[in-house]
Amino acid sequence: MAEVALVEVSKSFGAVEAVRGLSLSIADGEFVVLLGPTGAGKTTTLRLIAGLERPDRGNVVIQGRVVTDQVPAERDVAFVFQQYSLYPHLTVYDNLAFPLRSPARRMNEEVVRRRVQQVAELLHIEQKLGNRATALSGGEMQRVAIGRALVREPAVYLMDEPLSSLDAKLRAELRLELKRIQRELGTTILYVTHDQTEAMTMADRIGVMNDGALIQLGTAREIYERPNSAYVASRLGTPAINLIPAALLGGDTMPPEAQTVGLRTEHIRISSADQPGPLAQVHWVEHLGDQNHVHLKLATHSLVTLADPAQQLKAGDQVSLQFAEPLYFDQAGNRVGADGLRGHA
Amino acid sequence: MAEIKLENVAKTFGTFAAVKGVNLTVDHGSFFVILGPSGCGKTTTLRMTAGLELPTSGRILLDGEDVTALPASARDIAFVFQLFALYPHMNVRQNIGFPLRCQNFPRAEIRRSVEETARLLRIDHLLDRRVGGLSGGDRQRVALGRAIVRRPKAFLMDEPLGALDSEFRRLMCGELRELHDRIDATTVYITHDQLEAMAMADRIAIMNQGRVEQIGTPQEIYDRPGTMFVADFIGAPPMSFIDVHTSLRRGDRRIQIDGAAIEMPELFEDRAEGKFALGVRPENVSFADASPLRGRVIGAEYLGTTQIVTVVTAGGRVKARLPSSEAVRVGETVGLALRPDRLSLFDATSGQALHSSLYEGGGRG
Repeated sequence: MAEVALVEVSKSFGAVEAVRGLSLSIADGEFVVLLGPTGAGKTTTLRLIAGLERPDRGNVVIQGRVVTDQVPAERDVAFVFQQYSLYPHLTVYDNLAFPLRSPARRMNEEVVRRRVQQVAELLHIEQKLGNRATALSGGEMQRVAIGRALVREPAVYLMDEPLSSLDAKLRAELRLELKRIQRELGTTILYVTHDQTEAMTMADRIGVMNDGALIQLGTAREIYERPNSAYVASRLGTPAINLIPAALLGGDTMPPEAQTVGLRTEHIRISSADQPGPLAQVHWVEHLGDQNHVHLKLATHSLVTLADPAQQLKAGDQVSLQFAEPLYFDQAGNRVGADGLRGHA
Repeated sequence: MAEIKLENVAKTFGTFAAVKGVNLTVDHGSFFVILGPSGCGKTTTLRMTAGLELPTSGRILLDGEDVTALPASARDIAFVFQLFALYPHMNVRQNIGFPLRCQNFPRAEIRRSVEETARLLRIDHLLDRRVGGLSGGDRQRVALGRAIVRRPKAFLMDEPLGALDSEFRRLMCGELRELHDRIDATTVYITHDQLEAMAMADRIAIMNQGRVEQIGTPQEIYDRPGTMFVADFIGAPPMSFIDVHTSLRRGDRRIQIDGAAIEMPELFEDRAEGKFALGVRPENVSFADASPLRGRVIGAEYLGTTQIVTVVTAGGRVKARLPSSEAVRVGETVGLALRPDRLSLFDATSGQALHSSLYEGGGRG
């Protein structure tokens, strides 16, 4: 059964349609990530589920009950914000216990203690329980903030870029930890981010949003390998997919309606200039450590692809390009071609 | 253009030593990045260079001149904070020209400098627009314009891209570097984002707890990390470490791990029995059925072109970057092959890299 469902939900702020006819159903124990740029409507979607916003149209359903008209406290959700908001005068323990001690819950202190202990162990902060919240590092504070949501056992956790204020390294660590915790506890999470790595590594399913609409919903592999549009294709992948006018490449295997060809690293083979295929020039090779990006000039267009470590390319080299099963998009940016209809939202 | 030199610069706040004797030289016209986690002292170092903090000890030289005690206004250095702080009631022209108006430059000169700067940043068509209606990228360019219009000797930038979307940040990295090449100004840039550092820097200084751990080109730092801290800070995911308890002799080309003899770069040091860590980057690990180095797969993270597979070995977790087309089953036991010429060996107690043929030719900072 779906833990959370949005049914044709829309929300405008003045003239701006923040969320447009969005339907989404999240299963029990599922980790769904909404991915999109700033202003795509991701946060508004979370706030609609939490009850912090009221939809103009449509319904919010939590555990089979329509909650559209309920206030946030009546909904069984926990919200984790981007900026950890801990009580600075309280210890880590009291910060974690705080949601359980609310008068509405009347939880026995022994039960509170057990729950706090359990969550602290899960988050590896059990040594810090006696510390003041302000005496923690950024990563520890964010773990406490997540922990404060975890001590409750709501139907769904709503997380709004909870890792984005952290160091890249810490972000990578907490990403793995959050996924592990979610698996161990079987919790249901709806998570919002603009970071494709977070989406790809944590999500059971990714929902790609743009301009208030859900463009495609699927596993990371589905979204990456079978995007339904050029927009979705450009949201995932490092380096980003190259979108080249079809006319520039020609070739007889192309679907007739193709206007744009989408080329990722795995679609491009670079050979010596005497091989068949369009000629390109190596513009520069960007060393990013593990990921070395080759920047190619193909006529007036730039292409970026991952360098094959075995291939020694340098700026100025002439090469020829071969393409294997690239993606094709029509005038409107929709995916066309062999399996173009699969993987649609 | 300017050369910036820090000699034994230290800064203490009360009992807290924020910066502990930093030595570094930023060459004329180079793009120098100070990289490190929050609290490592990088911002304090930059603020002392700018003249916003006075060092507790040490000297700061700008083109050979001792500027340690000079206030910021006397240093001819532009400090760029997180870009965005624009004056909303002014248009683009007024925003860019603001620093020159403050210094009472003649009108005609302000006009000429502003227009030249705008052309450099390719925002000359926006000069008479209000900043309120501009896109994020254009706002960023206006903020940059305000910093470069004075043509200072050097730019100091404190995480200018920190507040941006990852995708947009990547774009601005390219633009910043390109701008740097066009105006040829010395730039010191601080960030905690290793990708920004790798993408833009001529040289990187990695800081940790108030000290410089290593200085080198991005490739040097990546390929020949001088300490375990650096190896662990750089790379996404970072270098994996395999624990080894052994003794080592100069000339060794193999190391015994859990009964397996692993080939490595020739060692140039003798070491008594102790704890060491063999460091390997994920792209230098592959699956090899016959390898005696065994481990159990505990997870695979799909990243599109590649996947990151985590394998638990007797000596610790090892991450491998493999093509996504390679089938990996969680729970299966696999053999691991490590690319011999790319392995680093560290003293696990001090964290320092051992000298070997890989480290020949510098790069140890």
